[in-house]
Amino acid sequence: MPEILKRKKALSVSPLKASQTIGAALAFLGFHRSIPMLHGSQGCTAFGKVFFVRHFREPIPLQTTAMDQVSTVMGSEDSVIQGLKTIAEKNNPSLLGVPTTGLSETQGSDINMAVREFRKKYPQFDAIPVVPVSTPDYSGCLESGFAKALEAIIDTLVPLADDAGTIPGKRRRQINVLVGSFLTPGDLEELKDIIEAFGLRPVLIPDLSDSLDGHLDSDDFSPLTIGGTDVSELFTLGDSVATLVVGDSLHNAADKLKQRTGVDDYRFEHLMGLEATDRLIQALHEISGELVPYKLERQRAQLQDAMLDTHFMLGMARFAVAGDPDLLLAMSQMLAGVGGEIVTAVSPVNARSLKQVIADRVKIGDLEDLEQMASDKKAELLITNSHGVESAQRLGIPLLRAGFPQYDTLGGYQKNWIAYRGARQLLFELANILLTLEKGEIHPYQSIYAQKTDFREHLI
Amino acid sequence: MKQKDIAALLDEPACAHNKKSKSGCAKPKPGAAAGGCAFDGAQIALLPIADVAHIVHGSIACAGSSWDNRGTRSSGSRLFRIGMTTDMTEQDVIMGRGEKRLFHSIKQAVESYHPAAVFVYNTCVPALIGDDIEAVCKAAAERWGTPVVPIDAAGFYGTKNLGNRIAGESMVKYVCGTREPDALPESVQSETKIIHDVNLIGEYNIAGELWHVLPLLDELGLRVLCTLSGDARYREVQSMHRSEANMMVCSKAMINVARKLQDAFDSPWFEGSFYGVGDVSQALRDFARLIDDADLTERTEALIQREEALINEKLSPWREKLKGKKVLLYTGGVKSWSVIAALQDLGMEVVATGTKKSTEDDKARIRELMGRDAVMLEDGNPRALINIVRENDVDILIAGGRNMYTALKARIPFLDINQEREFGYAGYTGMVELARQMVLTIESPIWSAVRQPASWHVARDSKAVVNEEINHA
Repeated sequence: MPEILKRKKALSVSPLKASQTIGAALAFLGFHRSIPMLHGSQGCTAFGKVFFVRHFREPIPLQTTAMDQVSTVMGSEDSVIQGLKTIAEKNNPSLLGVPTTGLSETQGSDINMAVREFRKKYPQFDAIPVVPVSTPDYSGCLESGFAKALEAIIDTLVPLADDAGTIPGKRRRQINVLVGSFLTPGDLEELKDIIEAFGLRPVLIPDLSDSLDGHLDSDDFSPLTIGGTDVSELFTLGDSVATLVVGDSLHNAADKLKQRTGVDDYRFEHLMGLEATDRLIQALHEISGELVPYKLERQRAQLQDAMLDTHFMLGMARFAVAGDPDLLLAMSQMLAGVGGEIVTAVSPVNARSLKQVIADRVKIGDLEDLEQMASDKKAELLITNSHGVESAQRLGIPLLRAGFPQYDTLGGYQKNWIAYRGARQLLFELANILLTLEKGEIHPYQSIYAQKTDFREHLI
Repeated sequence: MKQKDIAALLDEPACAHNKKSKSGCAKPKPGAAAGGCAFDGAQIALLPIADVAHIVHGSIACAGSSWDNRGTRSSGSRLFRIGMTTDMTEQDVIMGRGEKRLFHSIKQAVESYHPAAVFVYNTCVPALIGDDIEAVCKAAAERWGTPVVPIDAAGFYGTKNLGNRIAGESMVKYVCGTREPDALPESVQSETKIIHDVNLIGEYNIAGELWHVLPLLDELGLRVLCTLSGDARYREVQSMHRSEANMMVCSKAMINVARKLQDAFDSPWFEGSFYGVGDVSQALRDFARLIDDADLTERTEALIQREEALINEKLSPWREKLKGKKVLLYTGGVKSWSVIAALQDLGMEVVATGTKKSTEDDKARIRELMGRDAVMLEDGNPRALINIVRENDVDILIAGGRNMYTALKARIPFLDINQEREFGYAGYTGMVELARQMVLTIESPIWSAVRQPASWHVARDSKAVVNEEINHA
């Protein structure tokens, strides 16, 4: 178990953390015809919007309650009610999320009461589900906000089995898949493919691979999300044969889902690398009763071969990794699984999953911490988000971009990191990067008595 | 910040909005609002000051999703690109430890990065719990011997525009006039011409575009004491009060700075733009006019003649390609007219323009340029923009980055005109880049590919039609 080093500095420099609030917004963006409305000042939304637009290179539906001086001092519930009404009237969404911010929480805004008031005042919008969630940005990070939103969505919209008459296993081929924020749309596509290969029908909660996968729709404009999990699916989760949970950050959401539906779940910290993927395939084999498809057997064998080929480069390679806890855990186990060493591990917040990170210590901190520790520990490769570019330059080592945000390259969101295929691709990529470092390259030496003239001239 | 201080900032006598409708300063509507907050505006306005440690005092959302997020460039120090925030925790909020954390944060920034100054941006949470950032800044400045400037711009105070004003106000109040300009080094002194001092206010050096213009000013003997704030240094802001003429570049955002410098130090100012051949020339002429030096005027005219001839030659192949192409322009405020002129200069037809942030003066200028029937868009919601594109056969939409992916999803050629863009369009040479970028998107072969349905869809549709005909028969 690694030693967890707490934050000691007053000032956070080159922040690694993104807020809980936008993490919650992201979860809502994985549902069809959905829109999150952040309860805070306009900037909370504007910054969040730019953050995701630059990462996904997609239009991002995101609204705000636009708290101003008056509502900040006199109470902001009216802003919530007015905002909900405006969006409901204009866009008739299938899901309206209302994550709170540091501002509204500090002010003491009662978001649940505001939603109740909205219901009372405007019964004509009763058909539109509204999910409030408390996500102040002075605690947690993107990952925890995403998880909290899922928990709130399940709590609000998944009916109790007794009330709805759902029976686990009634839909023999349907499987619930609760997925964390560290899975990219590319990962989710891969995951769906694998599940479908076992003849199962996955319901992803949420499904960013259907809304933010970067596809060109036939419609030219929508103020809401296009694609994502259909909200109506939430009413049938109780009939599913099983639930897969990917990401330790989702444990509360998973508990809640299990408690409400009674559907058995299979929990995975992550799906990176051979071992983690084997567990997934074993579970799907058991749940479906189907043989493991040949295609997957082949992919597994390909990954094993890649592990052989790349272990020369990856063995004892020194990695510095910074990211939200689930991603950090996944990356550390994956790299350790091929003989790599995580010499620096940094997470923006503490979380229970950090206990399983394979490293001597995990620092709760920022990219300045990452840079200093990576320098002390002579890391050879940096793995973090796009903000790590300058750190990598100063350290003089290459950067592999992972996590949020990735704004200086294209297509980061569609990269597949998971399962046999993702792992194989990642191993090749890492090995190729490490090859460029020309490790073990011996600098030429010429004897002081040498009779060669060219090299000396070159030196002069 | 007190309500009356905010009211005073909104009541800007030099702003034309102030006389008639205050559309630019309108109250946002919950559930239907777009744009940033006061903190956003303040940070955008000052972040380009390169050798300053910019500390955002607040919880993570303010800095966490916005640092290192602008196309502005520095010719030297890169300190401004390092995000700094007190990243307040729940405990800080509950126990009221924000001020203490801020004080130690300033110490940490000074000791690790030796900045020329520290700017502290207040945000919503500390403003609400009553952190006295002005007092902390004062104490920290005395203790650590580095200037520490409070910028009290919590998001809920108001819009981005207000934030720009607060930023300008803070510079005038705490920084301008605290240092005299350097003496002119002998190497740049000249017996034949007098060197005049000027400021550029509201120029952000996006993608380095200021560097297209600076060589011209150098040649004319105009020393830019400070650009507020593109590629600026703290010591330059300190000396702004000594300029002989100030140019408000392409934005009313910091109009209060120009006015206050005029009130306090008698520096005259004018409003101008570096976009488009005509406007660049006009800006240079306006400097000469305000400074009123016959020799400068003469040299300015000579330079304009030379540069215009040069650039017209370079632009002529692009003009051929762009001639008659239709543009929908959706930008805020002053840019609406300054860019119209630039586009018309390239032979393009501007079918409509956004005027959400424009003043009555701006609108009058637009009518002058586009004719009495100019289509002006007050509300540029994406649906409306797309409809205008369709109805008018528009060839390219020019707007801010936030509309970029909306346009692309609707398969409309697009050019980003806002601060996040990666190309500089200012100055004479910037026009070539502008033209190139427009041709690049308009003439791209991808448009037919993304508009073309797949062959089997076409086949099925025609087959369906055939079937229908058979059924009817």
